[in-house]
Amino acid sequence: MLRFILTRVSLIIPTFLGITLLAFFLIRLVPGDPIETLAGERGIDPARHEQLRKEYGFDQPVIVQYGIYLSRVLQGDLGKSMITQEPVLTEFSALFPATVELALCAIVFALLIGLPAGMLAAIRRNSIFDHGVMGVSLTGYSMPIFWWGLILILIFSVQLDLTPVSGRIDVLYYIEPTTGFLLIDTLLSDEEGAFWSAVKHLILPTIVLGTVPLAVIARMTRSAMLEVLGEDYIRTAKAKGLSRFRIVALHALRNALIPVVTVIGLQVGVLFTGAILTETIFSWPGVGKWLIDAIFRRDYPVLQGGALLLGIVVMAVNLLVDLTYGLINPRIRHNR
Amino acid sequence: MKKSALFAAICVPAFLAAAPLAAKTLVYCSEGSPENFYPGINTTGTSFDVNEHIYDNIVDFERGGTKVVPGLAEKWDVSADGTVYTFHIRKNAKFHSNKGFKPTRNLNADDIVFMFERQWKEENPYFKVTSPNHSYFNDMGMPKLLKSVEKVDDYTVKITLNQPEAPFLSNLAMQWAGVQSKEYADAMLKAGTPEKVDQDPIGSGPFFLVNYQKDAIVRFKAFPEYWGGKAKIDDLVFAITPDASVRWAKLQKGECHVMPYPNPADIEAIKKDPNVTLMDQAGLNIGYLAYQTTKKPFDDVRVRKAFNMAMNKKAIVDAVFLSSGVPAKSPIPPSMWSYNDSVKEDEYNPEAAKKLLAEAGYPNGLETDLWAMPVQRPYNPNARRIAELMQADLAKIGVKAEIKSFEWGEYRKRAQAGEHQMAQLGWTGDNGDPDNFLHTLLGCASAQSASGSNIAKWCHKPFDDLVTKAKVVTDQAERTKLYQQAQVIFKEQAPWFTVAHAVQLKPVRKEVVDFKLSPFGRHTFYGVDLKDK
Amino acid sequence: MTAETMEAPAVAAPTATPPHPLREFWGYFSANHGAVAGLVIIIAVVLVALLADVIAPHSPYVTDTSIALKPPFWQEGGSIAYPLGTDPIGRDILSRLIYGARLSLLIGLVVVAISIVAGTVLGLVAGFFRGLTEIFIMRLMDIILTLPSLLLAIVIVAVLGPGLMNSMLAVALVILPHYVRLARAAVITETSKDYVTAARVSGAGTTRLMFREVLPNCTAPLIVQASLGISTAILDAAALGFLGLGAQPPSPEWGTMLADAREFVLRAWWVVTFPGLAILITVLAFNLLGDGLRDALDPKLKR
Repeated sequence: MLRFILTRVSLIIPTFLGITLLAFFLIRLVPGDPIETLAGERGIDPARHEQLRKEYGFDQPVIVQYGIYLSRVLQGDLGKSMITQEPVLTEFSALFPATVELALCAIVFALLIGLPAGMLAAIRRNSIFDHGVMGVSLTGYSMPIFWWGLILILIFSVQLDLTPVSGRIDVLYYIEPTTGFLLIDTLLSDEEGAFWSAVKHLILPTIVLGTVPLAVIARMTRSAMLEVLGEDYIRTAKAKGLSRFRIVALHALRNALIPVVTVIGLQVGVLFTGAILTETIFSWPGVGKWLIDAIFRRDYPVLQGGALLLGIVVMAVNLLVDLTYGLINPRIRHNR
Repeated sequence: MKKSALFAAICVPAFLAAAPLAAKTLVYCSEGSPENFYPGINTTGTSFDVNEHIYDNIVDFERGGTKVVPGLAEKWDVSADGTVYTFHIRKNAKFHSNKGFKPTRNLNADDIVFMFERQWKEENPYFKVTSPNHSYFNDMGMPKLLKSVEKVDDYTVKITLNQPEAPFLSNLAMQWAGVQSKEYADAMLKAGTPEKVDQDPIGSGPFFLVNYQKDAIVRFKAFPEYWGGKAKIDDLVFAITPDASVRWAKLQKGECHVMPYPNPADIEAIKKDPNVTLMDQAGLNIGYLAYQTTKKPFDDVRVRKAFNMAMNKKAIVDAVFLSSGVPAKSPIPPSMWSYNDSVKEDEYNPEAAKKLLAEAGYPNGLETDLWAMPVQRPYNPNARRIAELMQADLAKIGVKAEIKSFEWGEYRKRAQAGEHQMAQLGWTGDNGDPDNFLHTLLGCASAQSASGSNIAKWCHKPFDDLVTKAKVVTDQAERTKLYQQAQVIFKEQAPWFTVAHAVQLKPVRKEVVDFKLSPFGRHTFYGVDLKDK
Repeated sequence: MTAETMEAPAVAAPTATPPHPLREFWGYFSANHGAVAGLVIIIAVVLVALLADVIAPHSPYVTDTSIALKPPFWQEGGSIAYPLGTDPIGRDILSRLIYGARLSLLIGLVVVAISIVAGTVLGLVAGFFRGLTEIFIMRLMDIILTLPSLLLAIVIVAVLGPGLMNSMLAVALVILPHYVRLARAAVITETSKDYVTAARVSGAGTTRLMFREVLPNCTAPLIVQASLGISTAILDAAALGFLGLGAQPPSPEWGTMLADAREFVLRAWWVVTFPGLAILITVLAFNLLGDGLRDALDPKLKR
């Protein structure tokens, strides 16, 4: 077991180095001058420009710059944003909880609807319900979510006035960030109504971000269930006269969950992609929007650091899924 | 805890109706996050809007105007030759305090001197803190202009200039000259955390910063001991909302009271809303299309004139600015002194344009590029859409224009280097002086420099002589005459197709009292009140 | 497997030979109504794209500010001349959508073509040579998969500059790993089979082995992946367009149209709704088709 864990963990190192390389060099290729960015709207005189280039080390050979960058990264220093001059790590940790909160809500939403829908569809195979679920989930899977978000805002916020348009919470509530998760922070605070304000703000972004995972989970659950329901032991159970409910709940679901869990793990990367668009549409103060802004502003350190940190998060989640999987299913661990 | 949530669940509507805070809270839906809390290195209006409330200047612009009024300096004397300014600092200006620092003294001459030296003297320990690039200080020519800044006594500062400079006081009223606490700076330097000064700001302004969450919110409270008296509102909140449509939706629902930069598309609806007033003011700006006058075919004034006649300015402004802009015929806005209303606009006439183009040697039209900024600017809500309309108009006189765009920083750099044939750009005035438009944007000095703002690369001696002379003359009537002549020459030579002066539009909810538009596009909430609904 | 072949209509096989594989495939495929619907929609979109010059009522580029923002014909103020309304500078939305179909199909096909070719080659190479080559290729693919795909695509577009071609390249690169993994897995499965060993023993060279023996045997999953890939490509390219990094205006790419008109969302719902619907329908059609293909080509799921 230990060996299995070690192998898995050691595989991360080259990926990590790869990401630093990719992030570093790709971003160096982007046309545009970061010093010019720093100067903002006003332009900058050539002497000062040269001086700043030196100060930021941009005059050194790229490979040396990479070396400096890497050694700093290993010490936990991801540099400072060129726009705000704040350390990248500080900015990331201030914004990341918002993204995680949204992503978790989206996953929970997707599970709450996707799992039962997929199971029922499998049990009632080829019924109208089954076709309905599959149709809807394929539509969800095909959804351009940036458009979906706009349409939902148009209907629910503008026409029906049921949900707020954007942001995380009504600005009148002042919630000191303790955990960074507003749902928890608002409950900890004494402000009445703050929790509900936070919930209301979460509804639309959660639906938008959860749409694709919901579709994937429903489809995956259905096909995993179908497969399991066809296995011998289920037939045996049926033959033994166990109730339909017991068969599904105890035997089938447990076995069908394994691939579903894996899919959820794999959805993490997809979620971050979705988060970039969702956060842009709903002005959600998370890392997705932060990175988009960084790209448009040529904020190299933020972009590098952000990509690296997100990469690490995705790697960590994948590793976790891998390890759990190895724990649940001993066959895998011995195969490798 | 759970109980209260449950309770809240039952009574949500009631809770939402009753605003949670009794204090007067004004919410401003701002368009973006501030860069940081040090105005000396800020370059965006977004940051200035924030820092304006925290810091004070030696002198201020009057609220809603361009006139310079006393600020931290109660009064000042200027020597006869215009090179020595003596400022008398008020004794009752107090600094804010925060968790890490309690001020022991009022604001005095040391703080003023520190403000200059931090941006000016490289040996100052704070010169490089946060960023060494003090853009505005440099842009305003301060390093060359300043000879010395001396503390005469605790409340008197003497500034000596190398030569007289007419707009010096106006320049000091700009945000880059916001005064920080030297005592705070020294304490933080000692503690080894100098950057705190720019992150947890301490100023002497009417509001102090309570909390800032990036991309979400900036929260201020009125400073009770402000020398000008406590602000009429208690809390000031900037709700950061980058999307213009969303800002409008929030304003409509009462989630904020004031918003900047509405979508031209939403203006109709804004005008109809009974709860909202749409304030407007001519902006100090110009959006234009510059012809690269050192390149063929635009080195020929006939071609430039022909192009000016070929494009339907009114249709462009109507379609893109909607009601948020007025067609421009001069490089300076009508509200600026010395504006010459008698210059004749090139009329829209494709037939004549075609003829003129043929005369210039292009009977079959020509091909050119047409650059469009990739971003929305205060002077131009949608450069791409304008380019598409220009392209369609030019096609009618046989000109094939290819629309090009680059990343914004790249765009400016390339345009300043003169790589384009036709490029859109614009300008928002800094200090209300025509020099800031006519000399900065169209003078020879600026055309010859690779980082100059004259992207038409237009260096026309008769024009340049006029605007250079106007720079040193101090008599305003005399200057007005020079600038008016310059505008006539500009129109004849047509280095630009002047598109529009964007009108500053601010939707403000009716309960907001005495909000004033700033000609510089700033948003200031000291002096603003909220009445009960 | 044999059981199913029995079910296939025997009409097609007058002799005793089993039905032609294509006919058999069609048998399964046509039983899937969703897949057929997807196919019909795709054929319709292709026809619209090919005949754009004939069926579009207006030019997609001609502007006329006097008719800006006309609503669709069934709403007050709309006119049948502009059935789906006009955009902010008076271009006919229907015509732009029709021409946009060309772009979206082009995007889908080009992206998938690039990533299939590159992905298959890389995957085959990795699967055949194993060792360091494999580790290098697969690690690289892992890295690409680790970064959020849209983020990577955006950075690539930022490097290359915004535009239709560059956004296609970027999308092709981010979906590349799926094809590489697929091809490699197929190669590894296939190479352990007897026919490859036999071919190897009989002296076939590696290249020959790769392209003549193994590749044909892993086409089925690649085809399925390709049809699903077209939908991903259209969606991702539209997302890039939406962020202002894809095809540039005035090009009538659907995502770009959406982005370009976004500010009018509160005032003119149609400028935003129709391009989005067009994306949704087209992507859905390709997904339906892909599903149907998979079911028909994957014997394991055949029941």
